[in-house]
Amino acid sequence: MEKIFQKLALSSATLVFVILIGIFLTLFSAAKPAIDEFGFDFITNPAWNQEVELTTETTITAPINDEIVDEDEMIEDEDGVLFEDEESSLTKTVYGGLVPIVGTLLTTLIALVFALPIAMGIAVFLAEMAPKNISYIVGIAIELLAAIPSIIFGMWGLYYFAPIVADLVGGYQVSLLTAGLVLGVMILPFMAAITRDSMNTTPGVLKESAYALGATKFEVIKDIIFPYSKTGIIGSIILALGRALGETMAVAFLIGSIFALPEAINDPTISIPVAMANNFGEASGLGESALFYLALILFVISFGVISIAKFYFLKRGAK
Amino acid sequence: MRLLVNKIFLALSALSAFIGLAFLAWILITLFLKGLGSFHFSLFLNDLINGGLRNLIIGQFIMAGLAALMGIPIGMIAGIYLQEYGRGKYASFIRDLSDIMMSAPSIVIGAFVYAVIVVPSGGTSGYAGAISLAIMMIPVVINTTDNMLSLVPRELREAGIALGASKYRVILDIVIKAAKVGIMTGILLAFARIIGETAPLLFTSETSNYFTLDLTQSFPSLTVSIYDLANEPEERSRDLAWAASFILTVLVLLINLAGRFITRHKD
Repeated sequence: MEKIFQKLALSSATLVFVILIGIFLTLFSAAKPAIDEFGFDFITNPAWNQEVELTTETTITAPINDEIVDEDEMIEDEDGVLFEDEESSLTKTVYGGLVPIVGTLLTTLIALVFALPIAMGIAVFLAEMAPKNISYIVGIAIELLAAIPSIIFGMWGLYYFAPIVADLVGGYQVSLLTAGLVLGVMILPFMAAITRDSMNTTPGVLKESAYALGATKFEVIKDIIFPYSKTGIIGSIILALGRALGETMAVAFLIGSIFALPEAINDPTISIPVAMANNFGEASGLGESALFYLALILFVISFGVISIAKFYFLKRGAK
Repeated sequence: MRLLVNKIFLALSALSAFIGLAFLAWILITLFLKGLGSFHFSLFLNDLINGGLRNLIIGQFIMAGLAALMGIPIGMIAGIYLQEYGRGKYASFIRDLSDIMMSAPSIVIGAFVYAVIVVPSGGTSGYAGAISLAIMMIPVVINTTDNMLSLVPRELREAGIALGASKYRVILDIVIKAAKVGIMTGILLAFARIIGETAPLLFTSETSNYFTLDLTQSFPSLTVSIYDLANEPEERSRDLAWAASFILTVLVLLINLAGRFITRHKD
């Protein structure tokens, strides 16, 4: 019995490893056709689901194309000169990931710029300013904000928040800016909570010594708490960034879902998760594979980002 | 000057806290006004096809419940491994992976389940939805179990072993009992999280307008339907989406508060 339980425990733990490897391999094999077709140019190509004529270069290097243009498709014009029917000119559908990749990175950046100062302020308020019972209640309220499902943020953002932002800044209600700001509101409580926890690890003796020397609260926070909990705070920022990268529903309502590079901050565009959410159902063949390619890119980016955050946390843990 | 900087800094911090609270209040008030405006008890009696939400709420609970049935035992046992059996590099490696998996984009998990379950089985299904949610839940339960077991004093384990109990008995009868409250809280928070998830269900369970208990078919999902309804042009659909959002948020926040209440009660 003991042996069985131990084996069961080991295999449950190993399941985590199996699932993660499974996700990577599955995404990779489903993305394989698109990877073979587009290679790494996928990342820099702004076209999505666009018919492009094959360049003459391609036609020359691929002799098989010449056979397709046979006599039947040649039509005689009035002058009796043969020319190629337009309908039969060779085209292929091209998918490139640049627009959603840029959209994902920019919305995350906007969210971070917006959320960072407020989250730091909240963390300082909770950890150092407020009396214990107020800190407790405000802390719970902030954590409840984190618990609200992301789809609610999306609806509220679209119908109540975005119109106000659009009035202030001008431009479209669905845009990079409004999507980024709502994303910022979403990661705010998460970032504040972990930052507060890191700040709380500062030993009381350090703070008290500084106060005894006549330091103000601001100086204690700037010179004692901040340096002490720096790694933890950076870790929390990166972790929040990882969360923002993969967020789907809040952004789906607000980004506009247009495959076009934004020229201004209040232009609509699209992000990787939203491209997946909106196009997965109708996609097949190469289109579906291109979506898996995007999913793979997102997975690798967020894996990397979270690993970096973990590295910071581990450094703190080793202290 | 120093004191002025200090004052300004503290005022800005308090302002930040106020902004955070203001957003929470704004969202909740919007939900209450819009949600209660279109709320009616008949929503619980009719299915979506008849303008109600009954099938969606039941469907969401069935999928989240199934996910919990899969995710809780696997997550707890894996957490027990990390804390009680695992030593050295392998355990900390799995711990790191589990943390990474906890933050993996939920839509990517949906795409994974789509590729390995939906495509081979020929279509979207309640099972596929539940499995996506279970994958989201497992790392959270592992994390909680791992943390809570680490708080159980070593002496308790030693006392059990000294009485001649085998290791797994000590774990199940003593260690888990001691950490019960903390683990329960973590599980409730994890459940509150998955029941509000949309992205991993979009192409695994989809949703359905009809009442069904057949998990091999597209399965009614409250969150996926909210997304569909909110994007429809008719006012009536959007009102229904608000009512559904209101119900969903109240449920999630209640489960969340229940989790916190248990811990507080114990202290």
